[in-house]
Amino acid sequence: MSVVALKPGYSGDMKDRVENFHGKQLLYIGWEDHLMYCAPLCIPIEGSTPFGALTTAVIPSLYPAHPDTGRINWDEVEWFRSGERFTPDPAQSLAANGLGHKASLRFRTPGLTGIKGSCT
Amino acid sequence: MNMPTNPQKPAKKLSLKENYSHLTRGLGWDTSYQPMDKVFPQDKFEGIKIHDWDKWEDPFRLTMDAYWKYQGEKEKKLYAIVDAFQQNNGQFNVTDARYINTLKLFLTGVSPLEYAAHRGFAMAGRNFRGTSARIAAQMQAIDELRHAQTQAHTISHYNKFFNGLHDYTHMHDRVWYLSVPKSYFEDAMSAGPFEFVTAISFSFEYVLTNLLFMPFMSGAAYNGDMATVTFGFSAQSDESRHMTLGLEVVKFILEQDPGNVPIVQKWLDKWFWRGYRLLALVSMMMDYMLPKRVMSWAEAWEMYFEQNGGALFNDLTRYGIRMPKYHEVASMEKHRLSHETWATFYNYTHAAAFHTWVPEESEMKWLSEKYPTTFDKLYRPRFEHWREQQAKGERFYNGTLPMLCQLCQIPMFFTEPDDPTKICYRETTYRDEKFHFCSDGCKDIFDNEPEKYIHSWLPVHQIYQGNCFRPGTDPTAPGFDPLAEVLQYYGFHVGEDGGEYLGSPDAKNWKAWTGKPAVSE
Repeated sequence: MSVVALKPGYSGDMKDRVENFHGKQLLYIGWEDHLMYCAPLCIPIEGSTPFGALTTAVIPSLYPAHPDTGRINWDEVEWFRSGERFTPDPAQSLAANGLGHKASLRFRTPGLTGIKGSCT
Repeated sequence: MNMPTNPQKPAKKLSLKENYSHLTRGLGWDTSYQPMDKVFPQDKFEGIKIHDWDKWEDPFRLTMDAYWKYQGEKEKKLYAIVDAFQQNNGQFNVTDARYINTLKLFLTGVSPLEYAAHRGFAMAGRNFRGTSARIAAQMQAIDELRHAQTQAHTISHYNKFFNGLHDYTHMHDRVWYLSVPKSYFEDAMSAGPFEFVTAISFSFEYVLTNLLFMPFMSGAAYNGDMATVTFGFSAQSDESRHMTLGLEVVKFILEQDPGNVPIVQKWLDKWFWRGYRLLALVSMMMDYMLPKRVMSWAEAWEMYFEQNGGALFNDLTRYGIRMPKYHEVASMEKHRLSHETWATFYNYTHAAAFHTWVPEESEMKWLSEKYPTTFDKLYRPRFEHWREQQAKGERFYNGTLPMLCQLCQIPMFFTEPDDPTKICYRETTYRDEKFHFCSDGCKDIFDNEPEKYIHSWLPVHQIYQGNCFRPGTDPTAPGFDPLAEVLQYYGFHVGEDGGEYLGSPDAKNWKAWTGKPAVSE
């Protein structure tokens, strides 16, 4: 049973479907071992954006105040899509990299573990 | 009705017992023009089977005339004390103006739940076909309305002196962190009447209320807020009635039919977890917001849930009920919950109607003592870094909206049960759409009833859809500032209600009006 409802066959409206975001999609971005920015971030972004734009512009602009931001070596970064390790193609779009609406993207920066190694 | 036959002789006054019996049994009847199932259409679809409503026992047997008398007396006392408090400028006797932020959280986050409870119990009172259950629900509906009202009256006095208290109902319906308590209650209200009473009377009032009411009221007493202590006292006897009713409700449902047990267990699992997630706000209030602390969140959890709650669920094993699922996760989180929550509000306080701050050195020492395994290692470096930044005039704020849990609607800051350095991510796909959760507890609730939660009103997503601007706003206008516009829509006074406490108008006024420092020593 997908819901216990007074009326049989009740169906909910999909509140956050991609059509509601004015041509954009949502992308969630989380930086492993860095919790000063307390939670993964949610941004609206065009699905056609090349993945490479995330590392050159988008992600650094999300974490301007973290002392580790300027130290990231993007060639060594490990990427996770829905928690699974994957190798993105920077020339391809988010969509072509399997990052559709409400995708969860996490990245790990080996050697960087936040302020005083506290995962802050 | 027993009308006197002899007009010379006045009718004998009913005993309390007879009075109660007429109220809850004698005045009820089975309808004959319409079938009972049509008159009470909402008390069967949840699958709960009731064979004999007369088995319902209200432990208090309160009659209406006694009820009005008790409540009237309590009101008189409360308003006399509130009046004296106001005339004596009692608001300046609290520890320092940081304390007022707990009242802002309470008034915007908790008082509207009292009103929601009033509505919920009024609906339950309409929908049960058992008369005594209806009466009990109706009386609680009136209690809850009284609580909402007395809280607004008491706290409104603070609104004359401090920011962020000016429009709590408007805020409750819109603000991102207030969607957490709001959605919690609306989930219960949009369920059937049995789930509602199990959720609110039992899981909330009976199991968890000591962790909500006690910290706020003891915190008020410790910090010299006699007005809030007084409304706490005024509500206390009602609360104990509600707690007793909560236990009675669950025992009654369980005793009526063995088929009810698995349904109730599922509700207990769900509402324990939802209630526990809501209490994250209380944890940070206890450990960070009270200038004089009562006890730590971890100590409160041990005393009120692990010990008292453990004994309660032991008692319920004879009905086939076990401890709520994931209670052990809540215990694993007790050494980090308040730190993670406060850090989140520190991130986003520019978009909140209350202030945050870095704890003082003496307060960090207290936190290290109370949380020896986590505070110095994981959280102290964060606060010290923020303090340094603040000293340089670079107070840290997070400029990007967070990812939210689809179910509890809290930013996804909770960490893996076995690793406080890793964010806990859970996801599921339903009707080709992805949904994300902060925990197995929240994911389970979604998976049980996905159709209910796919249309949750998630504040972050609503902002990005453009639904959180005032009417007439043009998001395409040059120089449009979405965050500033969202705060207007929330009804905030930007630069006054939220942001850093040090240097805020509240802190400055406190010093000017009392001559005392903004942070007590």
